Amino acid sequence: MNHMAVVVQAADNVATAVADLSAGDKVSFFVGRDERECQLLEDIPRGHKFAIRDIAAGDNVIKYGEAIGAATAAIGAGRRAHVHNVESRRGRGDIYEGDANEN
Amino acid sequence: MKTDLIANLTANGAVFGANETFWGYQRENGQVGARNHLAIIPASVCAAVTAARIAAIVKGAVAIPNQHGCCQVGADFQQTKRTLIGLGQNPNVGAALVIGLGCENIDAAEVAAAIAGAGKPTDYLVIQACGGTLSATAEGARRAALLARDLSACRRTPCPVSSLVLGVECGASDFTSGLASNPAVGFASDLLVQAGGVSMLSETTEFIGAEHILANRAVSPAVGQKLLAIVRNCEQRSLAERVDLRGSQPTPGNIAGGLTSIEEKSLGCVHKAGAAPIQDVLSYAEAPAGKGLFVMDTPGQDVDSVTGMTAGGATIILFTTGLGTPTGSPLAPVLKISGNADTCVKMKDNIDIDVSAIIRGESSIVESGQEIFWEMLRAASGRFTKAESLGHCEFGIYKTGPTF
Repeated sequence: MNHMAVVVQAADNVATAVADLSAGDKVSFFVGRDERECQLLEDIPRGHKFAIRDIAAGDNVIKYGEAIGAATAAIGAGRRAHVHNVESRRGRGDIYEGDANEN
Repeated sequence: MKTDLIANLTANGAVFGANETFWGYQRENGQVGARNHLAIIPASVCAAVTAARIAAIVKGAVAIPNQHGCCQVGADFQQTKRTLIGLGQNPNVGAALVIGLGCENIDAAEVAAAIAGAGKPTDYLVIQACGGTLSATAEGARRAALLARDLSACRRTPCPVSSLVLGVECGASDFTSGLASNPAVGFASDLLVQAGGVSMLSETTEFIGAEHILANRAVSPAVGQKLLAIVRNCEQRSLAERVDLRGSQPTPGNIAGGLTSIEEKSLGCVHKAGAAPIQDVLSYAEAPAGKGLFVMDTPGQDVDSVTGMTAGGATIILFTTGLGTPTGSPLAPVLKISGNADTCVKMKDNIDIDVSAIIRGESSIVESGQEIFWEMLRAASGRFTKAESLGHCEFGIYKTGPTF
């Protein structure tokens, strides 16, 4: 069976599409040694990510077993996770409240 | 996954690749070069055109397109000087000619003396002392030709892989970088480290979000703290500017390719240094003392980063890319590796090694990592990389302060 998405670590809550995938597709992938399936609720371009379980607003989005940002809105399983609903928590001088000019 | 890789690597107590050799240039100071360049090094931008013209006349000469070297102060000045000296001392350089204008901050005689101190035939000349452009070009070409004739008599001999100094780099990353090309290059880097060689990981910006993983691999808590400190300083620069790093890191191309945040980019990026322990954290253009894996504090900008690692003594660069990038180096062969099958077609002029079979599930990180290791030895032995054969010699010294 051809697996069109990759989950890097068992703790991850997103998968990466390795081909252009369409809404309605049932996509299978391995989480560790377990084979899982997820039905997509929207188109996922190759290289982009989708939630493999429901992610609540404010929760960490996990890839490589590590936080890659926080969800800015709920991301249901099968929905795309990218810059429109995931926000980096690092290098954010635009929201920095410390005294950045003390130097 | 990483634990399995290392288990494979050291299965049966055998160290893969340890007894391999490549055809290198054994230098009198003990270094081993993968190339035999005569470096023409301008002390400042004011001598850069003259240096380029001399290099164009003399066979075997390569000019360093230095855009700085004057009206700099403090740490920024020291870093530019350290970079120029380090480039001259790179094992791929057999001899050097330093060109000064005469009135710049960086003293051509001092740079030449430091390069000569590393045991390299070195000469220098000052444009203001020899009659201007035409006379300096003629005199420089005369002296460079003398150095080049002696250099041309050097022959490659079989050298142990442990004498290689690798720099790992990534640029124009996409989702395949973290899943395929970076882990495969990381495996090759681990093979080299296991064999007793040196590998360097750079691009501090691209540690943000993954620094705790790297710090845990440091050989001591002190080295771990140094690593966390360079990342903190890097992130602090974006905070001090009150800018959002996004849009610059990840780049618009990274985002189009599916990378969402600097954290995601970093977690993929650090795979290119494998799983070896981190011996120390180096300043930009600082040479590692000893063997093993080192981290160098450079920006995420590829060209400045590769320049820093070559100034620190890297003799070959493994450069992963998702979307494809053409850049090379004036001194080190740069091998381009991509896990994106489309890029390997669209950018076929520039990609040396296609590891997209990993994404298709037709090759493993271990298999592709071994292939990269052998290709690295072929390139180190003299086979031109694509960047080299097309004359790519992009260059940039990382500036840390204003020019006055």
